[in-house]
Amino acid sequence: MRLEGEGLINRGRKVSFRFDGHSYEGFEGDTLASALLANGVKLVARSFKYHRPRGILTAGSEEPNALVTVGTGGSQDPNVRATVQEIYDGLEAVSQNRWPSLDFDVMAVNDLGAPFLGAGFYYKTFMWPKVFWEKLYEPVIRRAAGLGAISGDPVTDKYERGFAHCDVLVIGSGPTGLMAALTAAEAGADVILAEEDSTLGGRLLSESGEIDGVPARDWAAAMAERLAEMGNVRIMTRTSVTGAYDGGTYGALERVAHHRPLAKGLAKECFWKIAAKRTVLAVGALERPIAFQNNDRPGVMMASAVRAYVNRWNVAPGQKIVLFGNNDSIHDVAADLLAAGVHIAALVDSRADATCQLDVPFYAGAQIVGTEGRKALEAVSISRASGVEKVAADCLGMSGGWNPTLHLTCHMNGRPEWNEAIAAFVPKVGMVPGLIAAGACNGAFSTAACLGEGVGAAQAACDALGLQAKAPKRAPEMPSAEDRPYSIAPLWAVAGKGRAWLDFQNDVTVKDVKQAAAENFRSVEHMKRYTTQGMATDQGKNSNVQALAVLADATGRGIPETGTTTYRPPFTPVAVAAMAAGAADKGFAPERFTTSHRLTVAANAPLIEAGLWYRPSYFPKAGETTWRQSCDREVGYVREAVGICDVSTLGKIDIKGRDAGAFLDLLYTNMFSTLKVGRVRYGLMLREDGHVMDDGTTARLADDHFVMTTTTAAAGEVMKHMEFVSQGLRPDLDVRFASVTEQWAQFAVAGPQARDLLNGLLDSPIDGESWPFMACGDVKILGVDGRLFRISFSGEHAYEVAVPARYGESLFQLLRARAEAMGGGAYGMEALNVLRIEKGFITHAEIHGRVTAFDIGMQGMMSKKKDFIGKGAAARPGLVEDDREMLVGLKPVGAVKQLLAGAHLYNDAAEPTRPNNQGYLTSVGYSPTLGSYLGLGFLKGGRARHGGIVQMVDHVRGVSTRCEVCHPVFLDPEGERSRD
Amino acid sequence: MTELKAVSPAAGLLPLSIGGVTLREDEMRPLTLIAPYKGQEAALAKALSAAHGLSWPAAGATSANGAARLVWFGRNAAILVGVQAAAKLAKHAALTDQSDAWSCVVLEGAGARDVLARLTPVDLRDGAFPLGATARTEVFHMACSITRLEAESWQIMGFRSMAKTLVHDLKTAMEGVAARAL
Repeated sequence: MRLEGEGLINRGRKVSFRFDGHSYEGFEGDTLASALLANGVKLVARSFKYHRPRGILTAGSEEPNALVTVGTGGSQDPNVRATVQEIYDGLEAVSQNRWPSLDFDVMAVNDLGAPFLGAGFYYKTFMWPKVFWEKLYEPVIRRAAGLGAISGDPVTDKYERGFAHCDVLVIGSGPTGLMAALTAAEAGADVILAEEDSTLGGRLLSESGEIDGVPARDWAAAMAERLAEMGNVRIMTRTSVTGAYDGGTYGALERVAHHRPLAKGLAKECFWKIAAKRTVLAVGALERPIAFQNNDRPGVMMASAVRAYVNRWNVAPGQKIVLFGNNDSIHDVAADLLAAGVHIAALVDSRADATCQLDVPFYAGAQIVGTEGRKALEAVSISRASGVEKVAADCLGMSGGWNPTLHLTCHMNGRPEWNEAIAAFVPKVGMVPGLIAAGACNGAFSTAACLGEGVGAAQAACDALGLQAKAPKRAPEMPSAEDRPYSIAPLWAVAGKGRAWLDFQNDVTVKDVKQAAAENFRSVEHMKRYTTQGMATDQGKNSNVQALAVLADATGRGIPETGTTTYRPPFTPVAVAAMAAGAADKGFAPERFTTSHRLTVAANAPLIEAGLWYRPSYFPKAGETTWRQSCDREVGYVREAVGICDVSTLGKIDIKGRDAGAFLDLLYTNMFSTLKVGRVRYGLMLREDGHVMDDGTTARLADDHFVMTTTTAAAGEVMKHMEFVSQGLRPDLDVRFASVTEQWAQFAVAGPQARDLLNGLLDSPIDGESWPFMACGDVKILGVDGRLFRISFSGEHAYEVAVPARYGESLFQLLRARAEAMGGGAYGMEALNVLRIEKGFITHAEIHGRVTAFDIGMQGMMSKKKDFIGKGAAARPGLVEDDREMLVGLKPVGAVKQLLAGAHLYNDAAEPTRPNNQGYLTSVGYSPTLGSYLGLGFLKGGRARHGGIVQMVDHVRGVSTRCEVCHPVFLDPEGERSRD
Repeated sequence: MTELKAVSPAAGLLPLSIGGVTLREDEMRPLTLIAPYKGQEAALAKALSAAHGLSWPAAGATSANGAARLVWFGRNAAILVGVQAAAKLAKHAALTDQSDAWSCVVLEGAGARDVLARLTPVDLRDGAFPLGATARTEVFHMACSITRLEAESWQIMGFRSMAKTLVHDLKTAMEGVAARAL
């Protein structure tokens, strides 16, 4: 029911929303929880395990009960706390974990089985037969229990990530945080003030006290305005700081668009990484429930929540309210309720010596021992020395005291200490480096103490940053505020029969914790896991301390001795979509496109990914129905006429300096310092462990200038390796290198007519004498400075021509057109692969990280005259044995002609089983040139087995093929085609 | 006569203007990576000063003189932007032409810093990143160079091949920042 009064709602602006299909109205400024209460809706959820009717317990982010689902399909958010969800026109929320409806939930039958469903029930009951757990029990249990569900559809909403930096991060904007932010800002610090709520003020928004003679809420509003006007203060509302990490970094989740309809381009949430030099934690305290029989009925809530609904949202959560507590705060709540004209049916204080000045039915030294009413609270039973009295009530506000919200201080594995005076854990100094806890989260509960600690913490932070000397400012004059001592007599669980809830969200009762203790789960961490207390989405914010207190009692230990469980990030739930913001699907990694990409796409070439690059698989022609037809045709271009292929993706590294040759001698197994200017050499590079790292050609353009090519896949790895060698192993060498992969667009021009084609474009034509095989040098192509290399990855007379990337698209277009006019054309990766298999050229399919130079038959390239990386390791016994798996060629010789990469090799007559394995295939392709499938692979002692017969068996695809072992070079073994 | 046509890295993708922030492709200027040889730092600094009126930049800094700008570009390296490197420098440093290797875009406008804060972990506050400051850092998943040209103008250099992703990521961030203002 809505009350008169000046809350923080805008009565001039009505908002309509829907919950479970019904339309309701609220006001701007309402949360879903306050608006539902204003509409008299008390039943909002069903509990996790027993499907008990549940109402709203709190008014903050710690809410365990009132979880709803907002949105549908790709925009569906489960487990949204109704206490955090602000209403807006068109908001549609539905309840969770009920069937067929919230009001009539069939699964509530679980509640009747409660005596059997306590802690450990699953573990004990569903032991046998073993296979039934995964197949039957678990799915059934999971269906019966749970909270909200995701839709299963891909996320359609946008999420963001962001980075923020500051000198002082102030977390929380209650009296402590506001003073801390102002103090730090006035000292000249860059301040970020992060507040979970939509408005600054913290608990001041919900309480009726005064600061500096004005209503506390007005003081907070004035402070907020003052801070907003300061250029060095950044206020981040709706932002929960979720974790404290190394080096003063904090994770924070900003709810950007949960309170309004999503607009185009707008992110729903932004996950911030905040780097702060110092941090003031001012996040207040959370009121804790008291466990008593049936304390989970809709209408039972935290006393502070009752106060917040009345003061902030002008909503009376009931007509007959009972307050129950063990500390002074329920008296403050009662006073506020009376002032608002809300009827108080009883004020129950468990402290025998408590007194009350208010005109309400007062029960000192009394406890609530039970409640009645299924879907809404109807009555409570009050027990005192004189007996049990039943009092009609539709709302019960409880307060078991306050727990400082110290979660963040524990995120780096610090443990808090027990403070007997306030019966709560408080943080120790220095648990998170650079973070100072102040105010209620540090155990200081009076408003005056909070204001003071806020100033003190900010001053300490500024001192540490050397800020006060730079901008000496007097400390803000301390505003006056209440400074009453906090009085509490611990009460965790009211004795008695029946179920008394500790963890509302995971349905854990006092009995469950006692059961855990009885079964010797004495460690608080074991109790937690056995009962699941604290393991729901609220991470036990409402139950941890009470549960460990009950455990302490049950095991006969003290609370400090029992200790807390580990507090871990995130403080409030963070959607995975927020952490992955922008990185889903193609956003996972950058896409790299060659300069010929647009023309490739226009030619309808299917693309394949090579690392981050996209390369054409083949260029289909009209009438071709399979990729093999295209591939065979493109192979023919190169063997018969001329083919064009974009090879820009290969790594290109310019190496300069007078020691460049010596540097290359160390990197490569073979010699490069002796390479003549204007010549190219093939090189092999090993890792320190003697295995092959990469291969490629390196050209010498000048005495002190080489350009190395790497494979596409290993370009980054080779660059990293070179940095390591240069910085770590041979810093004495005068050599500098830079990646020029992106600078040059490079194209293979391959085939018998390659030179003719090029001569049509080069400013100075070339011939066999000036440009023999493995020549290189600077050229001009249509007036543009380029580089030309006579190298071949196809075995044909071929070149690679490079121009600055801006000309890449244009040159590709021209080369392709010229090639087409000569009976050739562009070729893709499939043809490139066939061409190189025909020639036995290796790629990373062969040099996959576990092979040596010896294995691929390149032992002769390991220079005996010089040292090189991997030399010693490559000579180790075992790496040069005759029975190692060695590179061989394979040709089908039986009825089955198919070869498959990944298939294994076995001796001809042997059974194809693992112990008989003789090797495997790494590359296969159909050679139109030779009219046969060809394969490259590794075979035990393969070099001595040419001419022999093995069987290839692909167990996965069910193919067996008899093969002849041969030399890996199938075509033109003398290499005559590549020469003139 | 047949000739090769030049295409800029972000051709067809830019300019963009969203909510007061604009993203445009910088004109293709000469870019030369300069890495001093061993013990040549002082001689190089002298030659730079004589040839271009530039000083060797400290880590995270730039040096500018008219159209020429020398931008710190990582360990023991800087990139000369805007003018052809004088041939004399080659005696003291490895000079590598990078004019086509980088996609150079300029992000500017009142919300430009907020846009960048969606993508890079660098501290962009005035005190930490004043005019002329530069960083080799990440722009979302890409290794980039960011230089502050003016109060609300930043040069971003990314790999040429990744220009499309760079523009996409910046555009997404621009839309997010702009949508908040509505």
